[in-house]
Amino acid sequence: MRKLSKVWWFNIATTALAITISLLIAFMIIFMVSDQPLDAVNSLLFGPLSSLRNFGTVIETMITISFTGMAVCVMFQGGQFNLGAEGAFFIGAITASAITTKLSLHPGMLMFVAIVGGGLAGMLLCYIPAILRAKFNADEMVSSLMLNYVALYLGLYLLNTFLRDPNFGMLASYKIPPDAKLTQFIPKTRIHTGVFIVAILIFLIYIFIYRTRTGYSIRVLGNNPNFAHYSGIKVGSAIVISQVVGGAIAGIGGSVELLGMYERFQWTSLPGYGWDGVIIAILARNKPQYVPIAALFLSYLRIGSSIMARLTDVPYELIIVIQSIMIVLITASALLGRLRHKMVVKEAIAHGQSI
Amino acid sequence: MPDLIQMKEISKVYGNGIYANRHVNFSVREGEIHALVGENGAGKSTLMKVLYGLEEMDAGEILINDRPVVFHSPQDAMSLGIGMVHQHFMLVGSLTVMENVVFGYESVKGIFIDRKTARQKVLELSELFNFKIDPDMITADLAVGLKQKVEILKALYRGAKVLILDEPTAVLTPQETGELFNQLKVLKEQGYTVIFISHKLREVKEISDRISVMRRGEMIATVNTEDVSQQEISSMMVGSSSSGIIEKDKFPVLENRLAVSNLVWTDANKKKLVDDISLTVGAGEIVGIAGVEGNGQDELIEIITGILKPDSGEVQLFEKPTTGKSIRDLRDMGMSYIPSDRMTLGIAKDMSIEDNLISIMLNNKSIYNFNLLDRKKIRKMAKNLISDYSIRATSEKTEVGMLSGGNIQRVVVAREFSSGAKIIIAEQPTRGIDIGAAEFIHRKLIQLRNDGCAILLVSADLEELKRLSDRIIVLYNGQITANIEDVLNVSEIELGNYMLGVKKQSDAEIGRAYNAKTK
Repeated sequence: MRKLSKVWWFNIATTALAITISLLIAFMIIFMVSDQPLDAVNSLLFGPLSSLRNFGTVIETMITISFTGMAVCVMFQGGQFNLGAEGAFFIGAITASAITTKLSLHPGMLMFVAIVGGGLAGMLLCYIPAILRAKFNADEMVSSLMLNYVALYLGLYLLNTFLRDPNFGMLASYKIPPDAKLTQFIPKTRIHTGVFIVAILIFLIYIFIYRTRTGYSIRVLGNNPNFAHYSGIKVGSAIVISQVVGGAIAGIGGSVELLGMYERFQWTSLPGYGWDGVIIAILARNKPQYVPIAALFLSYLRIGSSIMARLTDVPYELIIVIQSIMIVLITASALLGRLRHKMVVKEAIAHGQSI
Repeated sequence: MPDLIQMKEISKVYGNGIYANRHVNFSVREGEIHALVGENGAGKSTLMKVLYGLEEMDAGEILINDRPVVFHSPQDAMSLGIGMVHQHFMLVGSLTVMENVVFGYESVKGIFIDRKTARQKVLELSELFNFKIDPDMITADLAVGLKQKVEILKALYRGAKVLILDEPTAVLTPQETGELFNQLKVLKEQGYTVIFISHKLREVKEISDRISVMRRGEMIATVNTEDVSQQEISSMMVGSSSSGIIEKDKFPVLENRLAVSNLVWTDANKKKLVDDISLTVGAGEIVGIAGVEGNGQDELIEIITGILKPDSGEVQLFEKPTTGKSIRDLRDMGMSYIPSDRMTLGIAKDMSIEDNLISIMLNNKSIYNFNLLDRKKIRKMAKNLISDYSIRATSEKTEVGMLSGGNIQRVVVAREFSSGAKIIIAEQPTRGIDIGAAEFIHRKLIQLRNDGCAILLVSADLEELKRLSDRIIVLYNGQITANIEDVLNVSEIELGNYMLGVKKQSDAEIGRAYNAKTK
């Protein structure tokens, strides 16, 4: 256990260093371009804590991107580079809006059906690249990227043709019945009960990945597909299940987002949370248990940037710079590699250990 | 003779905290063939990687011609005339021999590679050292022995004066080994220095001038080859003398566990790589497959283990045809498989030892608790296997990729042997691993045989085949050329003749490879 925790600390250190460096670079940029650099840095770092409302927004965003982060983690664990979380999230939301506005069920039931329905829709979407990979060895990254657009335009078609409220000023669905919505339970914020769904899902996904036979198969597949095949693991089904489970989580995320945050479905383009999912999976090193932390961090930065953009002359896009540098630094595994080695050497010498 | 290279007090610790080298002193004289021997994990390869600039040492210094040097990369080492041929070849299969040799060091004309000059240089080099090799062959088509020559040529082309060969004979036939040794002697005569890493003491004794022995990361001794016997080297390596022959109980074979009948497999070039092979392996029998690499062994094993589908013919386990069965089904019928390519097939290197041990027991209820993997039970099982199979690791959580070759093979073998196997396909089970681990695996195989397991053993090591097998079947060109029942009294020369297709037994004798129990 001691050895394991050392690797763990090392990963933490790498991540922290990457974050620090990217923030420092961001500050440098701020000082170069801004007339009010101190205000800008202040609102970037502390803006989210300046009011309950602002902090509430951080948590709201965290809920949203936790779903896609988890979705991507599961798929990446299996070595499946399915980027369909984006489309699955979108299609999940539109399915939830269709269910809540078109079905007449008991309100509590309606919410449950909408969330499950969103999950199924996301699942179905990610099933396509998965089965193409399993049966025809088609690259899931390419097919899932393409499918995101299919999801978008299919969604817009459904919205335009069946769900659109003609009496509303812009393109949007009918109003979601208030009973079907997730409760916003903290006053002055829009934090909703989706946060509990996130917590439960993370627990379930953790158990799934590390304690079930299928999860184990997915991890072996992600690590060495040849070995999985040789061991008699059903590679095809692991390919499909990892992507389908990921799609389901993203789909549930879409419906939870809609039921927690919106009056009507009114997205006319992909919301981009799928890409956030990729960033979170990288920050969390594909480990579902770290998703909430990574999501909280990313969302904190997001909100900080937007407050900064509102109050000062530094544009919101700065966040993209920070994100990019961070990802590059974290994925560059050589960073701190020498330090890690020195640590190990010191340890070995201290214990006078041999083979 | 003065020392050309001196390595002083070299220490190297790997990422998992394991000392690979501990205060190692090693020196090489100009123009000698210096053998570096030791068990796997003894630190030989690491020491040479340090010398070649692939690994950076944590302490110590290297002197060349008494001048201290620091290598940060193989380029640094190469610029001082040190070249290395790795155990796993680093060649681009789709390029020609010439292209591989000059790769990265091309002579250029403007922005184009000067192919004519390059070709000329490669030809000159291969003539100079008497390497019979066509520079325009596609590398992927070459036999292993030839690929190795390409690697040696590559090092020479880059100006190496000192050649480090990492277990060069592990993949060669006896004939190819002989040829390699002749070439090394030619190199020596021309003033080149050779460092030769090996386990095979007979070869070391034959070719080297001096021998350095390593054990557990430390240098035990450097001796003149003529002053020591094989037994003495061996005892320096393992710390105690290893025993020779393993006693086997003799008993009649009662039932066929594995039967292969009239198997044919043709590759994309319409070449019959498996050409009408029939054989059986009975309970309590080890059947060895001998043959020069590329004569159908790989394909035969792939068909038996369910990776390839035969064009015609049939494989039966327990007298039930395996046609249409998945690898999972075959394993459930009691088949275990030790693959020759353990890094790509045998393990998931970033996963822990315990995770690697359970990959084939997912159908086994004993590792679950309410359908969830029971970490406690798995840990206990892993701990037992680690101690039973003497796997050297800090804990059962250690990533398999952190272990040495011999220890990785112990993990593979522990998994495959502990699964209650009734039929074992063992492909090069001891290739490239240390004597201790090899001896251990041999004893386990014999023990399993005595317990009634049917074992099909493919090996390039004739000593191993003779030591273990109850029968040896020789393959040449996809066909069986001999079924040898009197294993103890067959000479390696005779086996070699069957392996090269010079001799072939009568159809009646070969026919006894199938249903040997009826004899």
